[in-house]
Amino acid sequence: MLVGGQFVRSESGRYIQVADPMSLGGTKENVPWASRKDVRDAVVVARGAWEGWSGRTAYNRGQILYRLAEMLEARQGELARALERGGLEASRAAAETAAAIDRVVSYAGWADKYQSLFSSLNPVAGPHFNFTVPESMGVVGVVAPARPALLGLLGAVLPIITAGNTVLVLASEADPRTALVLGEALATSDLPGGVINVLTGRAAELLPHLAKHMEVAALDLHEVTPELARKAEEAAIVNVKRVRTRSIDEAAWFDAESATSPRWIERFVEMKTIWHPSGV
Amino acid sequence: MTAKETIASATNGETHAAPSSPAARAALDFGKAWTYAPAPEAADHVRIDPRYELFIGGKWVAPSSGKYFETVSPSTEQKLAEVAEANERDVDLAVKAARVAYEKYWSKLSGIERGKYVYRIARVIQEKARELAIVETMDGGKPIKESRDVDLPLVAAHFFYYAGWADKLAYAFPGRSPRPLGVAGQVIPWNFPLLMAAWKLAPALAAGNTCVLKPAETTPLTALLLAKIIEECDLPPGVVNIVTGAGATGAALVAHPDVDKVAFTGSTDVGKRIQKALSGTKKKLTLELGGKAANIVFADAPLDQAVEGIISGIFFNQGHVCCAGSRLLVEEGAFEPLLQKLRDRMQTLRVGDPLDKNTDVGAINSKMQLDKIRELVEAGEREGASRFSTPCELPARGYWFAPTLFTGVSQSHRIAREEIFGPVLAVMTFRTPDEAIEKANNTMYGLSAGVWTDKGSKSFWVSQRLRAGVVWANTYNKFDPSSPFGGYKESGFGREGGRQGLLPYLEVD
Repeated sequence: MLVGGQFVRSESGRYIQVADPMSLGGTKENVPWASRKDVRDAVVVARGAWEGWSGRTAYNRGQILYRLAEMLEARQGELARALERGGLEASRAAAETAAAIDRVVSYAGWADKYQSLFSSLNPVAGPHFNFTVPESMGVVGVVAPARPALLGLLGAVLPIITAGNTVLVLASEADPRTALVLGEALATSDLPGGVINVLTGRAAELLPHLAKHMEVAALDLHEVTPELARKAEEAAIVNVKRVRTRSIDEAAWFDAESATSPRWIERFVEMKTIWHPSGV
Repeated sequence: MTAKETIASATNGETHAAPSSPAARAALDFGKAWTYAPAPEAADHVRIDPRYELFIGGKWVAPSSGKYFETVSPSTEQKLAEVAEANERDVDLAVKAARVAYEKYWSKLSGIERGKYVYRIARVIQEKARELAIVETMDGGKPIKESRDVDLPLVAAHFFYYAGWADKLAYAFPGRSPRPLGVAGQVIPWNFPLLMAAWKLAPALAAGNTCVLKPAETTPLTALLLAKIIEECDLPPGVVNIVTGAGATGAALVAHPDVDKVAFTGSTDVGKRIQKALSGTKKKLTLELGGKAANIVFADAPLDQAVEGIISGIFFNQGHVCCAGSRLLVEEGAFEPLLQKLRDRMQTLRVGDPLDKNTDVGAINSKMQLDKIRELVEAGEREGASRFSTPCELPARGYWFAPTLFTGVSQSHRIAREEIFGPVLAVMTFRTPDEAIEKANNTMYGLSAGVWTDKGSKSFWVSQRLRAGVVWANTYNKFDPSSPFGGYKESGFGREGGRQGLLPYLEVD
């Protein structure tokens, strides 16, 4: 699992077995099974990374995201193979990888542009200079959709980090291995450690703890069951978390126009309004 | 020159009278030597009905509970009117009326026609501004100068502002096709009864939703007068419904399965309960909750202006303001002169009859709120902070609390952490800008903040680091319908005002 730019196993020593269709004897691969403590540790790391990430210039965040796209392109084959081992046909795996790279390129471009779309100069009735700007929220907890495992995870995480937040993402349970291969690309990119933290395990077990955590500012839940969503939303009241839920079908993640709408970023910003008198 | 005077002249370039100086005493004695003649606003032309029913589906209907409760004037403790108490059945009728109005009328209107109705409401509010201001003051206890000069102009402005958005929603979110949500259930507090009604209704109606609004139980009258205005403006029946009652009525509205969107302004505790009640539902929610704003004064600030800002920050509307600047953080070098100016200025505040045009601080809204203020002030004294309350004669009847400040406050004191929602200021000091930021952000709240400095770069630096939805630099407690308002952290989510204030009432994906 990727936490703070480091590869960690679960402190619990637990693991989940994932089928490996490429092996001859039908063997399985072992993937870490994160615990509640892993969640807590990762939140601390994400919180620590937030100050630095949100404090960078928008231009710099855009540069880092574009560099990430370059890293993914270099590992295109490896990522596609991971998807294939997760059960995808070769052509679909290649298409998803290509779409994922495009998604990163697109958000790299958003990094220094959404601000001018969301912010405003407010024409108040009085001698004041008054404006509103978007700011990041802090640590966001994400439950990635089961499929598409790569494009879904990146598509969920990108708008959040583009806005200056840091994330702790619970990877797809259907294909956790791809998330870990992606983790290797993330770890070797210029993305500061702790901006994206990836845990593998069981969302139903981990999400309630994530939702209760005081240092988590928001949740982004994709395709969680209504029962689990309700549980998470109830736990989220502890610090008035912003809870966003989205259930879109697998094909919709490939709709670049919809999935790169700036509204996806707007869900994870706070608006700050600043007033100052004007006069001589 | 005393040591204190030296600090003052070193920091802001002017000498300031020490507490014992004859000049300061004379300035304050002046107010005592000359008693002000009363300047009451005439209220005899204002008619308050003895009893108000519920406004549902364009009609005034008796509550199915058969129950009524009294609303009293907090400044005289006199009963003003009886108001219907809506139960679950009444709320259900109101939501049904709103649904029918949404399907049948409101969603079929063009934006420009919808806008015209909202414009008309704004215009009639202006025409009846005097009556509304007087009733607001009688029912809530706020000074007439504030209801007349702040609340009412803002109420009208809010309807005017959002009326113009009704036919321009597609421009607010380019590339998307925004759609209204349906029926909005809205629960508002007692500190700005009519203004909060405007903040809730105007954007909801402009965006194309229909509304069920529940005003607070201690201040229902102006919302009911607003219902009459809506009747007079001939809005289609059920587009706006007003149900009065207490917490149970609000809970029934929030929990109603056919409400698509809930908007709440009030305490963080109740906000959390609403967030919990709505979990697992698909309802949209916005919360505008409590605050414990830091008002940061640097030594280079224009101190006299800062004092005015601090005064308006904490004593405006008796401190019944979620964004009140209730924690004053002063840079050490400016502490003595600033506190002296502040105490002097506090003593010029006139506390009393809210209908008197010279009154600065009116009545505390309710007995319950007064008890809460007293409890927290006692906690402040018990925990070792030094209290200063202005010596003033408070009326024998009604609920009153003298303007108060505490020095020697530490971060852990209840008066530094909990929202008091009264005219009570907690003063702390800091040495460096980093320390000021650290202390200002050291709270679960994040609604608003203030910063006072003569240095532009410093005020931007501080504004960027404050975790709050509204930052007032060299000013405080300013509001405008074009300007988004709302909190970070446990002060809630969503914005009211501006283009950003439309988003919570629209589907824009």
